[in-house]
Amino acid sequence: MARAMQQYLRPGIPTTPFCPGCGHGILLGLILRSIDAMEIDIREMLFVSGIGCAAWIPSPHFNADTFHTTHGRAIAFATGAKLYNPKLRVMVISGDGDLSSIGGNHLIHAARRDIDLKVICANNMIYGMTGGQVAATTPLGSTTSTTPLGNPYRPFDLCRLVEAAGGKFVARHAVTQPLALVESIKKSLSFTGFTFIEVLSPCATQFGSKNLLESAPKMMKWLMENCVTREEAEELSQEELEGKIITGEWGDVEGSTG
Amino acid sequence: MWKRVRSSLPKGRYYLSGNEAVAEGAIAAGCRFYAGYPITPSSEIMERMAHRLGEVGGVFVQMEDELSSIAAVIGASWAGAKAMTATSGPGLSLMMENIGYAAFTETPCLIVDIQRAGPATGQATRVGSGDIMQAKWGSHGDYQVIALSPWSVQEMYDQTIQAFNCAERYRVPTFLLGDEAIAHLRETLEIKPWVRAFDRKQSKGKPPFDSKDPRQIPPMPAFGEGESLLVTGSTHDGLGIRRTDDPKVHARLVKRLNDKILLNQEDIIDVETFLLEDATVAVLCYGFTARSTLTAVKELRGEGYKVGFMRLRTLWPFPHRGVGQLSKRVDKILVPEMNRGQVAGEAMKSSRCEVVSFCQTDGEIIRPEVIRKELVRLL
Repeated sequence: MARAMQQYLRPGIPTTPFCPGCGHGILLGLILRSIDAMEIDIREMLFVSGIGCAAWIPSPHFNADTFHTTHGRAIAFATGAKLYNPKLRVMVISGDGDLSSIGGNHLIHAARRDIDLKVICANNMIYGMTGGQVAATTPLGSTTSTTPLGNPYRPFDLCRLVEAAGGKFVARHAVTQPLALVESIKKSLSFTGFTFIEVLSPCATQFGSKNLLESAPKMMKWLMENCVTREEAEELSQEELEGKIITGEWGDVEGSTG
Repeated sequence: MWKRVRSSLPKGRYYLSGNEAVAEGAIAAGCRFYAGYPITPSSEIMERMAHRLGEVGGVFVQMEDELSSIAAVIGASWAGAKAMTATSGPGLSLMMENIGYAAFTETPCLIVDIQRAGPATGQATRVGSGDIMQAKWGSHGDYQVIALSPWSVQEMYDQTIQAFNCAERYRVPTFLLGDEAIAHLRETLEIKPWVRAFDRKQSKGKPPFDSKDPRQIPPMPAFGEGESLLVTGSTHDGLGIRRTDDPKVHARLVKRLNDKILLNQEDIIDVETFLLEDATVAVLCYGFTARSTLTAVKELRGEGYKVGFMRLRTLWPFPHRGVGQLSKRVDKILVPEMNRGQVAGEAMKSSRCEVVSFCQTDGEIIRPEVIRKELVRLL
């Protein structure tokens, strides 16, 4: 963590709990850089998270109101706080299992209601904290502790899911695409309404170790090779796109700005 | 802090259902946030709140399920609202994890449970009182709640206010355990010009999750006040910082959360007695069944039988001291219930005399003549 972001960190919290090679520390820093760039007073923000590794990104690290809730329900807790006090700038930061599996119902309903929440979904494609079980976002065929022969089911495309539920601002980036990610977070912060940003964040400890990507650099490299931007994707054939993750922004991301 | 506020409805006599009275009591108590999901036989509370909150500048939201309803209530409570939901058995089951979260994070909120005949879907339009133990023990781990038990439309109104005051004063999820019969009964409700309401204690910069004296309730700041609050359902210290591997912090927190209710129980417990001075047999009753008990006891007294009753206006914390004292004065205690003996079992823990459980789980109210027959058998 660069010292420039020190002012946004809660005093007395010496370290993050993340494993070596985890992408969540990078995401933590990039969220703070986006808030800093937008010159938002972090003390006016409320950060809501559920349960899992990603839920620890804001709580306790951010020196703001943090609300570490129950598994899957972060968006529902956030909905209550935001509706009662619309002045609160509410950001939900949680993992893929939390937001899209156990909490999937709240995700689609918040998108439908267009509640003014800034949702950031740290997607590591696995249940990291509990030991690497298959998630609703695990790629087809990937090995996990509960799919020893490979995941037999297709993963969610979270961006298409949220868009189909009515989400007007949808984006996906990897932590290996920091500049584009910061741009999207900044846009979301000035967007009035529900925003959803999926962030691919590597889990070398659980996902990598079970899928021949056991070192952090290997996982980072895998993300860099497999994430292609929407613009890049337009140049590629269907065959070349097989297994690739398309990143970028969807929907009316400039629409409700201001 | 206690304050006196003008009633939201003009003083006078009204003819309302129990569910409508709950909504009016909530508005009078200062409730300004409601989140819920439709379920028989509680839905009229939600419908009335939808338009009443609109009139008073509050917030109403119908959520996608009961899990999110109670979550939104807890979120609104931390944003500063007096907040509530209402449901029935199946919905209460879904809320349980987050009710434990509310207890552990000391979040004031009101959960109205209009009990119906369970288990499972059971008889959705019929009466029961099978959720007494669930209200106390439904979420995992050791915690305390407060639960009230109204017997009239008047008490649906009065106890809703009382429940909000308990929730705010002790920072605890509080239940109003009504039932289908009282929820759909219409009778006269008298509204007084003033209401006594308690607003949660606030004190800037003080730890929101600890107090030296376990009887004292820590102050509760709200989001957006610049306090950089840490609210978590993990074990936490006085400032809210996660301490998930410190045995002393966990032991202290769990004990304090129990003590803050149990050490204040004499102020919370609300029990009414009727003709017990010379009684040899007492009825221990609550909720709608207390109405039938009143009729039966009056009839038997008219015939010279020495019977009386103790009515539990609060069920949790359980009045063990009061029941224990009663059991020394009478020969037998009859506990008629629309469940399989939930309160009777609790009464046996503190009773010195024989406790006779009368259970009726057929989706019907227990009629006065049934209680009369059981009493005559015991006299």
